[in-house]
Amino acid sequence: MKAAVIVFPGSNCDRDMAVALRAAGAEVAMVWHKDRGLPDGVDLVAVPGGFSFGDYLRCGAIAAQSPICRAVVDHARRGGFVIGVCNGFQVLAETGLLPGALMRNARLKFVCKTLDLTVETADSAFTSGYRAGQVVRYPVAHHDGNYFADRDILDRLAGEDRIAFRYAENPNGSQNGIAGILSENRRVLGLMPHPERAVDEGHGGTDGQALFRSLAGALVAA
Amino acid sequence: MKARVYVMLKNGVLDPQGEAVHHALGALGFDGVESVRQGKVIELDLAEGTTEAQVGEMCEKLLANTVIESYRIEM
Repeated sequence: MKAAVIVFPGSNCDRDMAVALRAAGAEVAMVWHKDRGLPDGVDLVAVPGGFSFGDYLRCGAIAAQSPICRAVVDHARRGGFVIGVCNGFQVLAETGLLPGALMRNARLKFVCKTLDLTVETADSAFTSGYRAGQVVRYPVAHHDGNYFADRDILDRLAGEDRIAFRYAENPNGSQNGIAGILSENRRVLGLMPHPERAVDEGHGGTDGQALFRSLAGALVAA
Repeated sequence: MKARVYVMLKNGVLDPQGEAVHHALGALGFDGVESVRQGKVIELDLAEGTTEAQVGEMCEKLLANTVIESYRIEM
């Protein structure tokens, strides 16, 4: 699997993401936001966590307009795989690759802790290493993770089995406890919790490994 | 020429910041505040001849996230 990790000014989980992907066997290139194209042959684009452009205007809004994001959108429209974690999820929502928006946490507090999540579907390259209904522990660290979408979108996400993860206990007011969602073709995943921070015993847990390994497995086959 | 863009959360979208401000006003003893909505004002200094339609396009593409926000333009 060949992966590209996008780096914006203010990204701070880009290297963690690269470490997690390499540990799963991926060849990883770091790609700067001003680049206009992705390296040749990239299977997966990872949009990492952080505070791209200082969260100015809205979280992810400026990053979503950067030159590289046009290439990321094209990659996704061609059927390429994309994962966005935390700020990366906010960026993907701002590009329109994923529906809905991430709003300020309902209690206005930055939430930084490791939480239980339920894997809602195993039907994606990202989640096929888990069982549907399995509880995993990933860290969360965000101020704007309150998932909002209108009723029609929420019904579609549920009806099309596109909710990837839910919080066991809702930390931020997200509608229906949504922590992560899939695109219509199931090849774009956005989630607020950080699987890349749960891939080493030193992290306090390794529940995130299965996500990167199943992805690497699926994309080697592809 | 100047334009002013008002960006507000849409009706029906919970505004936790507005709620917090509402609560704080109540704690200060200001009775009779029925509700508070917080938004932002963006001032644009524009070249002469810029049209309201062009500012609208700026709002749609960047200044507002129309999933959750509405906007109003004053030219």
